[in-house]
Amino acid sequence: MEEVFPRIEPLGEAALLVRFTPHLDDAANRACVAFRAALEAQPIAGVVETASSLGSVLVRHDGRDVEADLGHALAARDWADVPPPARRLWSIPCSYGGEDGPQLPESAALAGMSEVAAVSALATARVRVLALGFAPGMPYLGILPDAWDLPRQTDLTPKVPEGALVVAVRQLVLFGTEAPTGWRQVGRTAFGCFEPSRARPIALSPGDEVTFPSVSPSELRELAEADPERHGGAIWESLP
Amino acid sequence: MGKPAVIEVLTCGPMVTIQDGGRPGHLSQGLARGGAADRRALKEATALLGDAGAGIETPGSPLRLRCDGAVTISLTGAPMKATVGDRVLAWNTSQHLTAGDILDLRPTGTGVYSYVHVAGGFLTEAVMGSRAAHLIANIGAPLQAGDVLPCNASTGGARRVEAHARWGGGELRLVRTPQTRLFPPAVLDRFLTTRFIRDVRGNRQGVKLSMAGAGFATDGQLNLLSDFILPGDVQMTGDGIPYILGPECQTTGGYPRIGTVIEADLPRAMQAVPGAVLTFRFVTPAEARAARPGKPAVTPLIRDPGDMPDLLAQQLIGGVVSATGEET
Repeated sequence: MEEVFPRIEPLGEAALLVRFTPHLDDAANRACVAFRAALEAQPIAGVVETASSLGSVLVRHDGRDVEADLGHALAARDWADVPPPARRLWSIPCSYGGEDGPQLPESAALAGMSEVAAVSALATARVRVLALGFAPGMPYLGILPDAWDLPRQTDLTPKVPEGALVVAVRQLVLFGTEAPTGWRQVGRTAFGCFEPSRARPIALSPGDEVTFPSVSPSELRELAEADPERHGGAIWESLP
Repeated sequence: MGKPAVIEVLTCGPMVTIQDGGRPGHLSQGLARGGAADRRALKEATALLGDAGAGIETPGSPLRLRCDGAVTISLTGAPMKATVGDRVLAWNTSQHLTAGDILDLRPTGTGVYSYVHVAGGFLTEAVMGSRAAHLIANIGAPLQAGDVLPCNASTGGARRVEAHARWGGGELRLVRTPQTRLFPPAVLDRFLTTRFIRDVRGNRQGVKLSMAGAGFATDGQLNLLSDFILPGDVQMTGDGIPYILGPECQTTGGYPRIGTVIEADLPRAMQAVPGAVLTFRFVTPAEARAARPGKPAVTPLIRDPGDMPDLLAQQLIGGVVSATGEET
């Protein structure tokens, strides 16, 4: 069955799902973020919550028929071409390799580069938050160059710590909680994705841009110590 | 109302938590709404108490509570044996307790999630607009002996709420998901004619089902782009075993969802005891919305005199109530 995108379909009895793509795709993800921002800026009557994921926008409603209005909004423009909405640019210090990134050597080898080149590539890559999920505030970031189209491991790593930076399938994930994973851990941050005591408990938003500059293991710990809000020494600025 | 009171947890089994309507509005940030596993029980408590706020949810764990102050409580969800001294409290009711009363709750093996609310709700710490524990997200913690739950003193009548039994499984209605059509027709047919058993493995994240025969697989299900999931989704894991997702399910996932249990039937899915038989049937979203039950009906509770050791000291009917539960 050939599916045409974007498409609107029910998700449960109280939500519609607008899917922009069946595959990971940078333009489609930008379209998701832009379309969701437009729905937030100009709310449709009956819509109670919107959210964007890797390739779709969820539109939760109160039982009213919002599909026609949603269809009009969707058809109004090419959402992949819309400039990104206001967002933040984050710089999150990361300690690569060694005990903080035990799978850096094999990840670099799979990507076809030296460890030094791999750290340099990852530390200078500017990635976008494609979606938050798995644990609260936990980002899927990308999309990395083709060299990083690494398969997931066949066996799970029993656990990576909170703050672990892992890589697979042209994406980075920054773990928001200690968890098992099939992705490879290349570094570690002290960034708390979710901290209920903060004024802004969930730090990142879909569409935010992020870099992971390289710091030494000791610098990372010093930065964490000096940051009571658990941002792990991260700094951010607003992008228009 | 207004005078402070507390309820102290004297003893408490595992995984007893404070729950309310949860935290809607954070799906984009990866935080599920959470809240009470049996939303119908929350509505029944609200019908009994007016404002039920945040209450205690116990997954069949025994519980012993002491009132320090006069409060009106409600007992809803999976029926437990509730006693105050030698007085047996009927389930699905609101009751008035006085300072020093000790409420004992013991599981009966019927249903899974039971609720104790106080009028006005427990005034425990709120995080992001809700007092609900969300253990997967590291919000809140299970209750333990010695915990003190603040609330307001309240006066209120003894009432009974009409509650439908929802503990033994049965047929669950589903609406389709965007992945339903990825299942080949023969697999879908087999799914709809299979008698599933509610597995012993189940929690607020989801309930595992078991069945005779092969799993239910789509073509290419390991290549799906992760997408939104919602409570009620029937998700197939890699080996084709279904899980009905609960209030603390993750917000996105890469496994296909064969359908979503409708809101009207989700309390029955979450309350099905291990061993209960569950089957599935598809309905349209419009049929699902039409099936939503109305506001629970409340009547004054007329106690069985046999339950009352001191008949003359009891107020037989706590106020006059209308059919919709408002005090007149």
